[in-house]
Amino acid sequence: MRFIIRFAAILALAGCGGGQVRDDGPERVPVPLDPPVEKAPDAMLAPLPVAGPVLIRDATIMTAAGRTFPRGWIRLKDGRIAALGEGDAPAPDQGERVVEAKGQFVTPGIIDTHSHLGVYPSPSVWAHDDGNEMTSPITAGVRAEDAFWPQDPGLRRAVEGGVTTLQILPGSGNLMGGRGVVLKLHPRRSVRDMRFPGAKDGLKMACGENPKRVYGKGKGAMPMSRMGSVFLARDKWLEARRYRRDWEEWRKNPEERKDGKREAKVPPKRDLVLETLAAVLDGDVLVQVHCYRADEMLKQLEVAEEFGFRIRSFHHAVEAYKIRDALAARGVSVSTWADWWGFKIEAWDAIEQNLALLHEAGVRAVLHTDSAEGIQRMNQEAAKAYYAGVHAGVPLTDDDALRWITANAAWTLGIDAETGTLEAGKMADVVVWDAHPFSVYARPRLVLIDGHVRHDAAAPAAPWSDFEVGR
Amino acid sequence: MSATLLAAVLVITGGTLHPGDGPPVENATIVIADGVVRSVGSGAPAPAGATVIDAKGKVITPGLVDPFTALGLVEIWGVDDARDVDAGGADPVRAAFRAVDAFDPDSAVIPVQRAHGVTLVASAPAGGLVSGQIGVFSLGPTPGPVADSVGIVAALGADPSGSRGARMLKLRELLDDARAYRANRRAFEENRFRRTSAGRLDLEAMIPVVEGRKPLFVHVQRAADIRALLRVAAEEKVRVVVVGGAEGWRVADELARAKVPVIVDPSDNLPSTFDMVYARADNAALLEKAGVPVLLSTFSVHNVRKLRQWAGNAVRAGLPPAAALSAITARAADAFGATDRGRIAPGKVADLVVWSGDPFELSSRVEHLILGGGEVPTTHRQRALFDRHRKVPAL
Repeated sequence: MRFIIRFAAILALAGCGGGQVRDDGPERVPVPLDPPVEKAPDAMLAPLPVAGPVLIRDATIMTAAGRTFPRGWIRLKDGRIAALGEGDAPAPDQGERVVEAKGQFVTPGIIDTHSHLGVYPSPSVWAHDDGNEMTSPITAGVRAEDAFWPQDPGLRRAVEGGVTTLQILPGSGNLMGGRGVVLKLHPRRSVRDMRFPGAKDGLKMACGENPKRVYGKGKGAMPMSRMGSVFLARDKWLEARRYRRDWEEWRKNPEERKDGKREAKVPPKRDLVLETLAAVLDGDVLVQVHCYRADEMLKQLEVAEEFGFRIRSFHHAVEAYKIRDALAARGVSVSTWADWWGFKIEAWDAIEQNLALLHEAGVRAVLHTDSAEGIQRMNQEAAKAYYAGVHAGVPLTDDDALRWITANAAWTLGIDAETGTLEAGKMADVVVWDAHPFSVYARPRLVLIDGHVRHDAAAPAAPWSDFEVGR
Repeated sequence: MSATLLAAVLVITGGTLHPGDGPPVENATIVIADGVVRSVGSGAPAPAGATVIDAKGKVITPGLVDPFTALGLVEIWGVDDARDVDAGGADPVRAAFRAVDAFDPDSAVIPVQRAHGVTLVASAPAGGLVSGQIGVFSLGPTPGPVADSVGIVAALGADPSGSRGARMLKLRELLDDARAYRANRRAFEENRFRRTSAGRLDLEAMIPVVEGRKPLFVHVQRAADIRALLRVAAEEKVRVVVVGGAEGWRVADELARAKVPVIVDPSDNLPSTFDMVYARADNAALLEKAGVPVLLSTFSVHNVRKLRQWAGNAVRAGLPPAAALSAITARAADAFGATDRGRIAPGKVADLVVWSGDPFELSSRVEHLILGGGEVPTTHRQRALFDRHRKVPAL
């Protein structure tokens, strides 16, 4: 029974997408909103207070930025990393919390590029399953944040595993499943207030077995084949380009002459699906593509090049090692597991060295989870993939593998200027481990997000989720 | 001994031996011949002429045992023709269905697990109220059954069609019918017997269970359901093993008193379902502390190889390391009556692993895999794919 349940969960949840900022595209013309529509507010609640200063000293500092200080210190102030260094720490400031971390390890906060926490929360019941709008293969306009349940008990477990930031994605039942949202794991009542400030949304796309199964096999509808999948997507991208052009033209010429008089032109009709795709074309939404097979990833890249958008990351991508040269040449990252495989035939050619080979080839390699269990031990998952590479003779360092769950993940979400490494000026997203983070026994002792202590092993907090209160 | 005979003797020297059911032995000398361990000592020299593996600085354990998998029953979950774990059909009772009749010794999934030190698994059917019979399978040198049927799988808990109580009712009815059938076989054959809740083959299959010769392996998570199972097992004089037992820590003393083993998934720490609202990471540690025989499992097919990582996670949550090792070696083998496996001692089958270090650590690797007394390579299809793609193809 259990096998079947887990299998069903995998089939139900598998999904991902990849998006990309255009850094060399044509001149950007922002897609305007319909004039009467207000921009959604950034927050619904009062802002968090600024965190107090913290000095962590006598720890091994693993920066994920190429350097490791075997004995060093790091200072957090006003929610940012103020400074870090090797050897003796500076004297603490008045009121500064000092964390003695002799023999312990400090890393950047972990980032998961692929999570369904909050949209497929615990307990898993029909009433909570909100991650797949499987009523049409293209639902690019729906948003994961509109379904996200901030009371998912899995969120606290993720923080206890050292996760500070994650992308919540819709599932992979649809070709274009909707918008993903990047969150910081502050325990807040409103998803809006958990949004990573300034982070772009993702567009979750999917290829391969899932949309075929859901529509062709499940409903006798299109797509029944990979031909149908690519056709539907290309057809929609054509429409999106026309939509974007119509808005550009209206923006350039919002008025027209009628009977010698200048009159306001009626703007094009707003369409939430096409608006999301137009935002992709403009580089304002990052494409995250669920895709397993090497040939299908190349097909997705072909479509992207045909219509002028970038794929930011292929997710799951168990065959990415086979085309790592093509992925490196296009600057596409790969978000994948250490060892999940065999649940369907498109996941049959997985190897333990996928991440290692990708890294070696210059691809930004990312360890993702797609799992409420896996997200609790991303350090272990990265370690497995790391040692699989090392033992097979692929040259790698601890810092390389640490980047798979930090810096490279940050790049995949377009937030690498703000988090993902231990560098002065970045957000104070920091984990203190009681052992080397690649040890199976390692546990986060402290997890700080924007300088706020969100997990302290010595002072277990009350449950985050109301679901767990009173038991 | 002649030189020819000695060449068939394999000796492992110098390592730290964790025998699976006893204290470690430093600088161990393990002598293996004819597929079994002949002697275990500390510091003894290897017999002249024997093949010697120098394990200085290494760790030796029994081959690992996963007590609840579907290995060999599923090649690819999403491919109908490659999935044989569920007998199927509308009848919820499939007691006669045997995993051994569906097991594929040529599964490409098996060598992938073996390469991480797993040498013995129980493979269990799934589906229905009573899923079928568990087989115990050696993963090499030639994969195959070592015991065709060691128990019958049943599943309690939430039921999509009605109350969980109805599942227990059906199970009790089945036990009752099996007993009645056993006492009235002749009447049954002559069509002079009342209707039964299961067919002849299923009732036959249940007889060793009602006679207490074969345990029922019962998927059950909720504390109340575990308690109900213990009560029924005592009333019906049936041996049971709890499979899952996510809330087992809440009834640990009762499990210990009944001497009922629990097969734990150490990653169960979320209220994933209403059957395991009280799941917690230290379930295995708490059960062990109360004296319950704890086994650990991945409950997997393709990632049975994670067994050592899962054991490491149980240790991380408080399970003593020696208990964790026993839970995936000697104790696991014993749960299936395979007392000649799962440990390194004279007369026992020589399934053992030489590790580069602590077997639970992610940085450790299998250096030598000895199965049935001979060294087995750790190659497999994934590794072959790696080798083929080690250089990016020019085409």
